[in-house]
Amino acid sequence: MSALIDSVDTDHEGYLKNRGDWTRELALELAVADDIVLDDAHWEVISFLQEYYENYEIAPAIRILTKQIGKRYGQEKGNSKYLYELFPRGPAKQACRYAGLPKPTGCV
Amino acid sequence: MKLSNDNTVVDTPQVVGRYRVIPLIQEGASAASQTAKATADIQESLGLPGTLVDDWHDKAIARLGQLLKARRGLRVFMDTCTKCGACTDKCHYFLGTHDPKNMPVARQDLLRSVYRRYFTWAGRLFPWLVGARNLDKSLLQDWYTYFHQCSECRRCTVFCPKGIDTSEVTMAGREVLASIGLGQQYSQEIIGKVHSIGNNLGMKPRALADVLQSLEEDILEDTGVAVRLPLDDEGADMLVVTPSADFFAEPHVDGLIGYAKVLHQAGIRWTFSSEASEAANFALFTGQHDHMRDIALRIRHAAMGLGVKRIVIGECGHAWRVAYSFLDTLVGPMEFLSPEHPRAEHICEVTHQLLTQGIIQLDPSRNADVVVTYHDSCNVARGAGMGDIDGGQFKIPRALLAASVPKLVDMSADTTGQATFCCGGGGGLLTDDLMDVRIKGALPRAQALQAVVSSDQVTHLVAICAICKTQLTSVLPHHNLSDVQVTSLHHLVGDALVLT
Repeated sequence: MSALIDSVDTDHEGYLKNRGDWTRELALELAVADDIVLDDAHWEVISFLQEYYENYEIAPAIRILTKQIGKRYGQEKGNSKYLYELFPRGPAKQACRYAGLPKPTGCV
Repeated sequence: MKLSNDNTVVDTPQVVGRYRVIPLIQEGASAASQTAKATADIQESLGLPGTLVDDWHDKAIARLGQLLKARRGLRVFMDTCTKCGACTDKCHYFLGTHDPKNMPVARQDLLRSVYRRYFTWAGRLFPWLVGARNLDKSLLQDWYTYFHQCSECRRCTVFCPKGIDTSEVTMAGREVLASIGLGQQYSQEIIGKVHSIGNNLGMKPRALADVLQSLEEDILEDTGVAVRLPLDDEGADMLVVTPSADFFAEPHVDGLIGYAKVLHQAGIRWTFSSEASEAANFALFTGQHDHMRDIALRIRHAAMGLGVKRIVIGECGHAWRVAYSFLDTLVGPMEFLSPEHPRAEHICEVTHQLLTQGIIQLDPSRNADVVVTYHDSCNVARGAGMGDIDGGQFKIPRALLAASVPKLVDMSADTTGQATFCCGGGGGLLTDDLMDVRIKGALPRAQALQAVVSSDQVTHLVAICAICKTQLTSVLPHHNLSDVQVTSLHHLVGDALVLT
């Protein structure tokens, strides 16, 4: 783990406890720890998640995420296969962690 | 307590054998699988101590004594086990992990030995003669570990000649643990969110409205029919209470679309509620009866506020058990419901009635090439009935599928109906920190599924429980069954429906 990651307060699964601690550098390092280099395609998703969270105080449903990414960035990106290629452990969980959002809870 | 803190992806376990073969035991095989303890803020928000209290021993014994008085069944279950062994090979977690403490009798004995030591005459005087044990730190650790490797599915109970309900023992164990500061993060956080926001996800009314509107657009685009998904519609006849996963996750949301299409086609005026935007009741899992009542009360309150005459529960296994078996006791009588529909109904029985009355039509050719098998969810199969037919909880879902797809195949009879195997993620275990236990616990279900994939080329597995859907979607790939699509019953019903 990097010094930057160690310096922020996270829960037992590595999600930020305070959204205010989030920085782009932190997201990059969290992804590197999973052997992922964040590129523009990843950032499109992360930015949308953060924007949605600002409005609704929760991460978007997968269906909304795919639909909106498709509308904004091209239909070829509007499907869960594309999102799973970017975030192999699941766009809802893995991308939320890089975006500094809490993990969705419940039967999901 | 030693709790796992890593966030690594679990490798596929080396699982061998078939569910009819009893594996050789491996002592302590799953002792390291730990679910995270609830944080102090979450515990305290539920009126529980934030961390393990100093006098935990005395508090735990006192709490157990209270539960033994309040829950007479628990005392009977403590007294009546004869160690006959009928349950030992009936638990999916034992079959998957090979850990002997996951044999139902052994898991129960973690509590029973303490009961004998402190609450029976023989155990007080001659503990060594009757398997009585002091509650020490090591045993407390075992309680936390193994009461969180039981999904309270009650398959063992079916095979117990005394009818001992293991789930009641697990619930009591968890309740005592939470009361001394050792709650489970996953379940307690969710219970807190239901109290503070209204659903397990923590989805506020604005977000819920956004999802429902987006789904209305999707249905219109797909079918050309304006199907509504109303929220807080006062004056509606029917309140639909569904697991919040239906608003959020795949394949759950496809089932939600199915409910809306059926109710649209039947011309029923119905609504969701932002107050009761959750059918699930995780307090059943944690054994906390006061929270269970408060969570159930939201449904009554929302129904009365909206003035509905019917309450319908969506595809959620344990919610249906709570609604079918406990709702009247918890928050009844439901005197405001219509005399024709005086109790909470399951969405499957509603759809089935509409089908048999000829109000809706299903065309299986719209699901061409789909071969379905049906996974009986444990809380529906063993904790409830459905409709007014004997065995309706088995017959009604299958009748709906038979009318919706060209081919329906049943898995082996010792893995379906009342003998169904749990998906491996029920009872508060659907958390990533128990992924290894979840993968191993799904072994018997995966084996039975593999058999019908080989014999009948099954393409879809259908469940009517949000936990089953999420769990099986996550773990079947670890059992080389990623080609089987897990989906909602009302997904296939909705696709087969003749919609106008």
